[in-house]
Amino acid sequence: MLPECLNMDNIILEMRSITKTFPGVKALDDVSFKVREGEIHALVGENGAGKSTLMKVLSGVYPAGTYEGEIHYDGELRRFATIADSEELGIIIIHQELALVPLLSIAENIFLGNEIATNGVIHWPQTFARTQELLRKVGLTEPPATLITDIGVGKQQLVEIAKALSKKVRLLILDEPTASLNERDSEALLKLLMEFRAQGMTSIIISHKLNEIKKVADKITILRDGGTVETLDCHKEDISEDRIIKGMVGRDMEDRYPPREPKIGENLLEVKNWNVFHQHHRDRQFLHDIHFNVRAGEVVGIAGLMGAGRTETAMSLFGKSWGHKITGEVFMRGKPVDVSTIPKAIDAGLAYVTEDRKHLGLVLMNNIKQNTTLSNLEAVSNNGIIDDHKETKVATDYRSKLRIRSHSIYQETVNLSGGNQQKVVLSKWLFTNPEVLILDEPTRGIDVGAKFEIYSIINQLAAEGKGILMISSEMPELLGTCDRIYVMNEGRIVAELSKEEASQESIMRAIMRSGEKH
Amino acid sequence: MVADTSAPTSKPSIGDYLKNNIREYGLLVALVVIMVFFQILTNGVLFRPVNITNLVLQNSFIVIMALGMLLIIVAGHIDLSVGSIVAFIGAISAIMLVKWGLPAIVVVPACLIVGAIMGAAQGYWVAYQKIPAFIVTLAGMLVFRGMTYVVLGGRPIGPFPKEFQILSTGFVPDFLYFLNPAPETIKNMVALVAVVVLVALAIWAGFRSRRINEAHGTENEPFVFFAIQMAVITVVALFIGFQLSTYRGLPNVLVVMGVLIALYSFVTTRSTVGRRIYAMGGNEKAAKLSGINTERLTFYTFANMGVLAALAGMIITARLNSATPKAGVGFELDVIAACFIGGASASGGVGKITGAVIGAFIMGVMNNGMSIMGIGIDYQQLIKGLVLLAAVFFDVYQKNKG
Repeated sequence: MLPECLNMDNIILEMRSITKTFPGVKALDDVSFKVREGEIHALVGENGAGKSTLMKVLSGVYPAGTYEGEIHYDGELRRFATIADSEELGIIIIHQELALVPLLSIAENIFLGNEIATNGVIHWPQTFARTQELLRKVGLTEPPATLITDIGVGKQQLVEIAKALSKKVRLLILDEPTASLNERDSEALLKLLMEFRAQGMTSIIISHKLNEIKKVADKITILRDGGTVETLDCHKEDISEDRIIKGMVGRDMEDRYPPREPKIGENLLEVKNWNVFHQHHRDRQFLHDIHFNVRAGEVVGIAGLMGAGRTETAMSLFGKSWGHKITGEVFMRGKPVDVSTIPKAIDAGLAYVTEDRKHLGLVLMNNIKQNTTLSNLEAVSNNGIIDDHKETKVATDYRSKLRIRSHSIYQETVNLSGGNQQKVVLSKWLFTNPEVLILDEPTRGIDVGAKFEIYSIINQLAAEGKGILMISSEMPELLGTCDRIYVMNEGRIVAELSKEEASQESIMRAIMRSGEKH
Repeated sequence: MVADTSAPTSKPSIGDYLKNNIREYGLLVALVVIMVFFQILTNGVLFRPVNITNLVLQNSFIVIMALGMLLIIVAGHIDLSVGSIVAFIGAISAIMLVKWGLPAIVVVPACLIVGAIMGAAQGYWVAYQKIPAFIVTLAGMLVFRGMTYVVLGGRPIGPFPKEFQILSTGFVPDFLYFLNPAPETIKNMVALVAVVVLVALAIWAGFRSRRINEAHGTENEPFVFFAIQMAVITVVALFIGFQLSTYRGLPNVLVVMGVLIALYSFVTTRSTVGRRIYAMGGNEKAAKLSGINTERLTFYTFANMGVLAALAGMIITARLNSATPKAGVGFELDVIAACFIGGASASGGVGKITGAVIGAFIMGVMNNGMSIMGIGIDYQQLIKGLVLLAAVFFDVYQKNKG
């Protein structure tokens, strides 16, 4: 099934002991990664394992000097300062979010920044001819003048590949290339990759879809928590999906999660028949018949891959802040409530702690105090006049209660570490005194110590009788903190697992099974 | 915890404090330097009582509009239509007062309401239809200017009744004349007393807020800065008050302006509405997700601008004693420039009322000083443009350095 290639022994890329630190987090810790010429090498791992970061280091998005370790490409030590440096040597990366300009044509996009021109005047006939040639290679028959916005995502992906081909690619890196493609388009893309391999091109593919990886990959490198776990050779042994999952999730759970004695009470939040259409593609239904409930003192998790619809569920519920044509019923303590605007949702007792605290959670240029009281200014004011005294006290209290490390409540939140920023967002929502808190990726981008503190806060809130709905892409985190876990995939709830039933394997299996059905 | 700015840091030194607040002190210093500069270049004409009065009258409407514009800019928008609103309000006030003979007591509130409607009409498109304010108010600028021509039929209307003119040319009557110790030099005792009382109040309030801060464990600015600032304000205020008292006293407009400045400072720093505008300008999505009705807030911000532009329009019309179709051309640029010189950020979320007011006066003193020196309008524009660029560059430079 897999063609033997000519120079399989020739190592084209070797990354040695790569370590990359962001303020507050170590994203990559001593990662080593070796790719032979002419192979398809899959890079797998959970969200946040460091796959994309590693590829950004390789392609020069993070320039030499901002990481430790060495990159050897084609037998030489390379220090890329920009993406252009790596592209010059034929390393082309296609990101998850496509980098095409929607209102320009296919031809214009393919040669953007690399135009066929003399003295700045574009040579159109040559451009179109060249484009046609490239499109043929990727199996597209669209006229080169077609606008990007007029072709589907699958074809856009192929245009990206054609663009890579125009740059004389030797090492093609695809970040989740099939995440937004349907079965047929994915199939076509994978076939194309295998054709390229037959011609001697090397590819690195990052993907969550293990069945696809099994189909095309020669080697699989598994990353976990910013470190390399192992590299599997698909030709030497028969690798099962379970084997890969085991590598991805690891076995150790240690003492990363503070213990908790759940005291579960009455039903707080209940959602039924929740249907939502896509925010932008308005005739596409995105969430189908979502139903779930959260009880007092309970921590309920929602697991799923990126794009499964978890954040969209939460945001559509919270004052219709995502999606459109939203239908369904919401109950608090058994009574129907109106959550159609954000103030109404807050009044109903909901709070939504966003996954994107920098863009949606905080006013970064404002200080801790101002951010803390923003959602409930009424409580610290009389007739619209802020009582500075009261406000200062509230902010000071939360700062010490959640142990926000800062030099005062007057520190701008932009200067706080991720963990402390998250605590400020939590303060803001706790001050609205909600009954149910929806926490969306509450520990994303924060380091281990701060994570433990966030878990402790979650436990304490549950002990106070609040309901917690926690969305997370880190399965160990869900398993370590939740009493019950819903699994979502492709806009549907595909499983509900009790604490006893839930394991990383059972969650992954639920996702994979439902993915194959649709 | 890797990169935590943890633990209470040691008390910041005076140097650090100066560095962190250089923008605010810099602005005040710049105003004083420019004043002294022109005082010397104009051989002392700048601070003559007549000229100070003129300065106030000439700049009052820019300052008043800058108050509303600052809120708009902080909210992340812009309003290009204020010059045209000024003209239109001037026109309809003329028609109501001169042609219809309505009393000023009716006309003034009516004009403020019309201004609010004009602002709100634009606010609707910006807030609820999400059309960029630049486009909406550019359209407004053309539409309102056109309406002015239509209403006036292309001809100026005037003169205005006395009761309307006092709005801008009147002075607070000297009801304290009996306290006057030296009637030969001091012609208006109210001006002097008012300034002394205000300075005393300012100093008292300053000390009070320091005391409260100390009680709550909040950092105070170093005493040296507080003292210097207070001293500068006291000297300048007393000097201006004295000069005014030797002429005709406090212009009515100065009183209106002072009250509005105080009101808007209070709104921006102490009220929930003010806080929400800053949050919205800083991060609209986060503000919205925090339960703030950002649409309504934007709408009101524009309506408010309309009211202030209407007030400014009446003051200008009363001062010129004639409504002309060309009134207020280019005012929007002076108003916007005042806000940016005063430290407002074009991307929203940042800016202070005091900054905008000082910015307006920097522009005003420059206009006035250069006019006295006989510098032509051509060079005045050129110099003003460069000052605007320099002020904003200073901001950007500080930010990048920090």
